[in-house]
Amino acid sequence: MLRLEGITQVFGGIRALEDVSFTVNGGSITGVIGPNGAGKTTLFNVISGLYTLTSGNVYLDDRTITGFPPEKLAPLGVVRTFQNIELFGQMTVLENVMVGLHTKSTSGIIACAFKLPGHLREERIIRERARHWLDFTGIGELAGTVAGSLPFGKGRLLEIARALALEPRIILMDEPAAGLNSRETADLAGLIGRIREAGITVVLVEHDMELVMDICDDILVLNLGRKLAEGTPREIQENPAVIAAYLGEG
Amino acid sequence: MKREIVKFLILALLVLVVPLLLKGGYLMNVLVFVGINTMLAVALNLLLGFAGQISLGHAAFFGIGAYCSGILTATFGLNPWHAMAVAACAGTVLAFVVGFPILKLKGHYLAMATLGLGIIVYIVFNEAVNLTGGPSGLSGIPNLSVGKTVFDSDTKNYYLIWGFTLATILLSLNLAHSRIGRALRAIHDSEVAARVMGVNARLLKVRIFALSAFISAVAGSLYAHTMTFLSPASFGFNFSVELVTMVVIGGLGSIYGSLFGAVLLTLLPEMLRTFQDYDIVVYGLILILMTMFMPGGLVRGIPAMIGAVSARRGNGGNEHA
Ligand SMILES: Nc1ncnc2c1ncn2[C@@H]1O[C@H](COP(=O)(O)OP(=O)(O)OP(=O)(O)O)[C@@H](O)[C@H]1O
Ligand SMILES: [Mg+2]
Repeated sequence: MLRLEGITQVFGGIRALEDVSFTVNGGSITGVIGPNGAGKTTLFNVISGLYTLTSGNVYLDDRTITGFPPEKLAPLGVVRTFQNIELFGQMTVLENVMVGLHTKSTSGIIACAFKLPGHLREERIIRERARHWLDFTGIGELAGTVAGSLPFGKGRLLEIARALALEPRIILMDEPAAGLNSRETADLAGLIGRIREAGITVVLVEHDMELVMDICDDILVLNLGRKLAEGTPREIQENPAVIAAYLGEG
Repeated sequence: MKREIVKFLILALLVLVVPLLLKGGYLMNVLVFVGINTMLAVALNLLLGFAGQISLGHAAFFGIGAYCSGILTATFGLNPWHAMAVAACAGTVLAFVVGFPILKLKGHYLAMATLGLGIIVYIVFNEAVNLTGGPSGLSGIPNLSVGKTVFDSDTKNYYLIWGFTLATILLSLNLAHSRIGRALRAIHDSEVAARVMGVNARLLKVRIFALSAFISAVAGSLYAHTMTFLSPASFGFNFSVELVTMVVIGGLGSIYGSLFGAVLLTLLPEMLRTFQDYDIVVYGLILILMTMFMPGGLVRGIPAMIGAVSARRGNGGNEHA
């Protein structure tokens, strides 16, 4: 479904990614792992159009999306969350998710300023859908809270709810379990499972190995910007190169 | 939503009855300018408070609206309403043209670019003597009229301009509570996340800049036809800073706050005539103090302060009990 071909990203002298090729299967949960600085976030930034990649290609169902900016990827169903949560801090939780429905509505400045009937109908639907996704992620009771004042774990869930509101085909999550306690992590695993059941393909960067091995179908291992290995959790756990890299790091 | 409507109706009622209480007089003239400044502050707030993009040159759009209307009517004899339409278009088009390159800039760079725009336009007003009359000004601008009614007195102008002001407030409130308003605030808080959500931040910023310029140019046109005389001094850097101060005092992202800021900063100098020459210093001080102590503006800050004080009282009471 999502195919990476020879992705190379160079920053000045740093080769953050070098010739990474990989395919994400539709409907799967794919884990991207690797030591700090391996290039995991950079890979997400490249796919989601935040960086102009040095060379290589990104395909969504054989259609090239190389170099598409994020606002062009959103309507195609590619969305992501951030390692350092990027919430709309001064807006309420509900409003955050309503922004996630931006592409589901079309009223322009004039329709909104004059409250044309079509706009009012849209607004009602947006509100309903946003509430649905808050309930889906289990933070429905926080709808009226200002996002900037949320505890960390809830903030992560809100980021996921907001991304889901786009009804994406694929969601990229950058370390969704970082900073969560073990109960929150277990809840997150359940949530990711339900996201997949909703027909959304999941790619996640994660350091929590237990979580990754538990829920992922496929794993991509990066090290120093290069692909070190790929395979099922079992294959990865037995891969000598991966073991060496992780032991070397420790 | 109901509360919003009630709030607006109260404001509209207030606008209607104030002239009856004042029974004409000098203050009516001041209130005309309060109306114009409110339009400008609300317009700037859409850009600064909602989208989070600074403009230190907004007086330029006000001036372009004013001079377009003034020149087209006084020199070329156009109907004032037609002139207003042309003036509004001119402001909007200029904003689109300069908006695309300069709104790519962020923070200080955007501030510098808009500052530069303001200065250039101000220089043109001064130097294009053939058109603008230069520093000695442009006179003989006709009043607006509807049918047989000519808007030539303070009271008539008051109702005319506050009609426009109320419309500006209402439409801006609607916009603020819509998907566009949310997208703008999203850009303000995290542009990258807004883009990932499918908000075309680049384009939306330019469009809101253009809308802001449109409103400012209309305000400029109203100003020209009310004053019937223009000179460049009204459209300089000082006035741009004054507008920013109004928005900040009232609160970034609060439409009623902008109204409040405009009322305060228009009435205050009238009362503190002695400060006249130091107004820019006073504005600077207000800006510094506001950003330090009340970044949400007075309209949000004062209730918060009262809340905090009464909470402290409440706690104190408990300790004693
Ligand atoms: N915008 C940038 N400019 C310069 N260098 C960058 C940039 N983004 C990433 N890098 C570099 O690329 C390398 C990979 O960084 P990246 O953030 O992708 O790592 P990561 O695998 O996500 O690590 P972590 O597990 O710590 O999040 C690092 O050496 C980093 O310093
Ligand atoms: Mg990272």
